[in-house]
Amino acid sequence: MAASDVKLLGTSPSPYVNRVQIALNLKSIEFEFLEETFGAKSELLLKSNPIHKKIPVMIHNDKPICESLIIVQYIDEVWTSGPTILPSDPYDRAMARFWAAFVEDKWYPTLKELRMAEGEEAKTAALEKLMEMMTLWEDAFAKCGKGKGFFGGECIGYLDIAFGSFLGWLKVTEEMLEIKLIDEAKTPGLAGWAERFCSHEAVKGVIPETEKLIELLKKFQAMAKAQSQN
Amino acid sequence: MAEPVKLFGVWASPFSWRVETALKLKGVKYEFIEEDLTNKSDLLVKYNPVHKKIPVLLHKGKPICESLVILEYIDETWKGISILPEDPYERAIARFWAKFIDEKCNHALWTACWSKDNEQEKAIEEACEFLKTLETQLKGNKFFGGETIGFVDIVANFIGFWLGIIQEAVGLELLTVEKFPNLCKWIDNYVNCPVIKANLPPRDELLAYFKARQQPPTGPKY
Repeated sequence: MAASDVKLLGTSPSPYVNRVQIALNLKSIEFEFLEETFGAKSELLLKSNPIHKKIPVMIHNDKPICESLIIVQYIDEVWTSGPTILPSDPYDRAMARFWAAFVEDKWYPTLKELRMAEGEEAKTAALEKLMEMMTLWEDAFAKCGKGKGFFGGECIGYLDIAFGSFLGWLKVTEEMLEIKLIDEAKTPGLAGWAERFCSHEAVKGVIPETEKLIELLKKFQAMAKAQSQN
Repeated sequence: MAEPVKLFGVWASPFSWRVETALKLKGVKYEFIEEDLTNKSDLLVKYNPVHKKIPVLLHKGKPICESLVILEYIDETWKGISILPEDPYERAIARFWAKFIDEKCNHALWTACWSKDNEQEKAIEEACEFLKTLETQLKGNKFFGGETIGFVDIVANFIGFWLGIIQEAVGLELLTVEKFPNLCKWIDNYVNCPVIKANLPPRDELLAYFKARQQPPTGPKY
């Protein structure tokens, strides 16, 4: 399929965009990456996602698909010849979807809460909540992975993509706050998984380096501060 | 012999209702287990340790949680009427609107109903914007799913039935036929659709349930 058939609107530091890039790489789909500029949404983005005006948007044969996990499922359902992303068993699919929803609804909001917490008390409270969730993730990895290397089992799957795309920002939080969220002693399953995921062919080069993300975060924080002072 | 199917829910909950509707559409027999959310059963906590919430579907002894996840599971497990469309692009569109309704609309509508003063004014404004979007999306179709009800219609149940009742309970006029003629027509089609009609909780009991509360139940997802 020609590269022009598939376009991806996004920005490289976005874990939501990274999900789609990884899924496309997994299926060996050529695509054109249209990088959006921060603070200025393109005409194409506004036209393709008028409801949310957000990235990622994948355009396939001139039809836009929005919301990262919806795009990943679409990719899996259209390109059936490559490796499968969602498990084949309905119960395993339900588990993958359940935990993917957990990333959005609970885990990532708590990670952001920790990063933005002001004062020791708020930080400690957020960290405690997050560490409890990391224990849940360790259990989920054992159950979903069934003793193999990924949440998807032997191969990278839906939940690996849904959660793994956030490893960049997880590492940013670890470095900036000098904490360990994934620990070889406390969460050995996750520790092994994180390394395997990040070095996978479909993932290499997608998630930006931690240093770059920290630099970007500092840039945003400065921009936000300047805006609020004007 | 078919494996038993159990559903942990609350009669007044739009979330467990979604699952019941899907099971009924597929002709699946199930046992409904009414939960008391002020005193959650050991089984509920065992089957949904992460969120401790209803609905939980139990099939072949294995629990599935989160109503949208359960709906997709039901569609994939049992043959019969399709809940999601066959075409991948149409499925993506259906999932998009279901997410929009579940995450944005319902939350804004719930807040608009139960908040007061300035907060309510702001919430009503936001809710109306979302309703306008849905009004446009309907494009005069009978259902969000087209000629027959589908995934989006099931997920939009709060707007389809609960909203009108809560509006009456709290004395709020949000979804009116003047402002949202398409949506009101859709509601009419919805509540008169045989499988929906046969499954709705009794209107007067639901009205009494919401009138009796000074505070809303613990938020949209209870």
